[in-house]
Amino acid sequence: MKKVFKLEDLDCANCAAKMERAVARLDGVTSVSISFMAQRMAIEADEARFDEIMERVEKACRKVEPDCRILR
Amino acid sequence: MKGTSLSKKQKKNLVRIVCALAAFAAVFVADKIVYLGGVFSGPAAWVFPFCLYLAIYLVIGYDVLWRAVRNIAHGQVFDENFLMCVATLGAFALAIYRGVTGQSIEGFDEACAVLLFYQIGEFFQDYATGKSRKSISALMDIRPDHANLKRGDSIERVDPSEVHAGDIIVVNPGEKVPLDGVIVKGASALDTRALTGESLPRDVAQGQEIVSGSVNLTRQLEVRVSKEFYDSTVSKILELVENASEQKSKAENFITRFAKYYTPAVCAAALLLAVVPGLITSDWSAWIYRALSFLVVSCPCALVISIPLSFFAGIGAASRYGILIKGSNYLEKFDRAKTFVFDKTGTLTRGSFSVVKVSPEANREEILRLAAIAERDSDHPIAKSVKSCYGGAAGGGYTLTNIAGEGISAAKGEEVILCGNEKLMERNGVAYERETGVGTVVYVAKNGKFVGSILIADQLKAETKEVIGQLNGMGCKTVMLTGDNEAIAESVAREAGVTAYKASLLPQNKVEEVEKLLAEKGKKEALCFVGDGINDAPVLMRSDIGIAMGGAGSDAAIEASDIVLMKDDLRGISLAKRIARKTMTIVFENIVFSIAVKVIILILSALGFANMWVAVFGDVGVAVIAILNAMRVNSRYIKGEKRAEPLSAQ
Repeated sequence: MKKVFKLEDLDCANCAAKMERAVARLDGVTSVSISFMAQRMAIEADEARFDEIMERVEKACRKVEPDCRILR
Repeated sequence: MKGTSLSKKQKKNLVRIVCALAAFAAVFVADKIVYLGGVFSGPAAWVFPFCLYLAIYLVIGYDVLWRAVRNIAHGQVFDENFLMCVATLGAFALAIYRGVTGQSIEGFDEACAVLLFYQIGEFFQDYATGKSRKSISALMDIRPDHANLKRGDSIERVDPSEVHAGDIIVVNPGEKVPLDGVIVKGASALDTRALTGESLPRDVAQGQEIVSGSVNLTRQLEVRVSKEFYDSTVSKILELVENASEQKSKAENFITRFAKYYTPAVCAAALLLAVVPGLITSDWSAWIYRALSFLVVSCPCALVISIPLSFFAGIGAASRYGILIKGSNYLEKFDRAKTFVFDKTGTLTRGSFSVVKVSPEANREEILRLAAIAERDSDHPIAKSVKSCYGGAAGGGYTLTNIAGEGISAAKGEEVILCGNEKLMERNGVAYERETGVGTVVYVAKNGKFVGSILIADQLKAETKEVIGQLNGMGCKTVMLTGDNEAIAESVAREAGVTAYKASLLPQNKVEEVEKLLAEKGKKEALCFVGDGINDAPVLMRSDIGIAMGGAGSDAAIEASDIVLMKDDLRGISLAKRIARKTMTIVFENIVFSIAVKVIILILSALGFANMWVAVFGDVGVAVIAILNAMRVNSRYIKGEKRAEPLSAQ
């Protein structure tokens, strides 16, 4: 399942790249693209475990850039 | 800078920066004039300037310090905030060391200034990206916020998504058309600029289809909705634009990958630079200073930000002209497009018949009048084109007889008009003059005597020759594909000026032809297919870049293609090509410039020629210049064009 989330306070382009790498490594995530300019994250992940995966995505992102919030 | 364009957070930061800058300037000048280190004498003389500079440092950098602490707790060693703090605090420490050991009191100003300039750079980045985002979201203004739904006699204001196909909505002057539909009552003019870049309003009347996102200008309209909101043009376009930046270009991927290795590499180099020469020469403070400069230059953000910003600006600039590009990667690829394959009907040509020649020209009026009489009741496209060319009302009272496969005869009293093909003329023994032009010929005779002929053909669009000429001039190969026969294809191809053509193709042959051309082209080149997007979805998908024309009416075209020309105008292609060229040039400049400056500054600092002031230029200065350069993408592409702000009605 593919879903797009808005990101709030994503202030640094390199952090976006780092977040993207961190999320891509997570188990169950098929593909992810974070756009710094559009402040959006498009994520494709296992539908059955989507909520659980998003929890981990959020955690991984917080670790890289605590200011940035994923609007769910 | 207009105050209104800054967010609350930005305003706060701006005030902070201005205050800190003023305080810094005051202290700096005072230091140069009276030498603050000399205000108090003794071994603790350094404390006074240190405290002044530290106060400014804390005002300007408390958030950076806080983020550094927090991020290092998360194990983010190569975090930009952390690197800046290490560099500046390190510089402070060196200055204190110098003060304590009784050397000259200096270096505090530098430590403070580095963070100050870093913050200025951050502010500027934030401002520039925010502004760039806004120019795209101005395009998002096409999103309608309500629909006036008609229920019986009352009109209710509802969310567009609550309206269903078949419902009747009312669109008042000044409002956006919220959903696609057909006008059932009223006539008005529509402004479609936000959709197509076309600045002339379009007149619409009852029975015509209108697309969501256009703005009703003059009179109230009642519209029968034909599509649900999620299926309407406006939703498709918004979805496309919002998703555009997910498709990343190679340049973007390159620069993020570069940054991934660049920062750790420079940090490692900094560590080596501090330790190894330090051990050898035991001049620790000089080498640590150089290493700290390295840390300042190692920050990657400047490098990373300018590339997506350039693409974003390119996509934004294109959308202002009604050209929707589905991703940075397509913009990048389009710049390398060397083969342009065109569908003929509806793409190079108008896709409708019109009278191209009447001979003899002297009898034009009479020939057309007679033909219009004969074709009076016919709905055939040929008949329609004759009637629309004649314009006036055809005389009535004639008995019309259709002669299958030949034409029509019209009789009134003694008068007999024959209107049809050669066979009709020959069978009636009319001595006619053969018309040799390519197209459909209608011969007209009156009372057995030949009057003249009308040549009807599908004509090239007004801009076709110009655009094909421009593409050929850029060294591109232009190929026309058509299902029409060789004679028509040859004549159209010659007139349009394409370099090659293929005739008598069935729809599935078009895919084969494109595959052949794909195999022929160079590895780094790209192939574009341009079509109207209705019957050529497979070809659009198969080519490197599919371009659909006149997307404002067809959501199928929007879906199947990579670039959509909202306006049915081929000039969008050469315009998009120019935008792609400019974007890629700027991207290339930015990559080379940023990396080159950083490397030069690294070398100079390692050798001791560059101080931390230069290093901070390597971070912030480069970022600012790259961003300013990226913003050039969003300039004017049509001469004499008024730089109108994207439409914001309501």
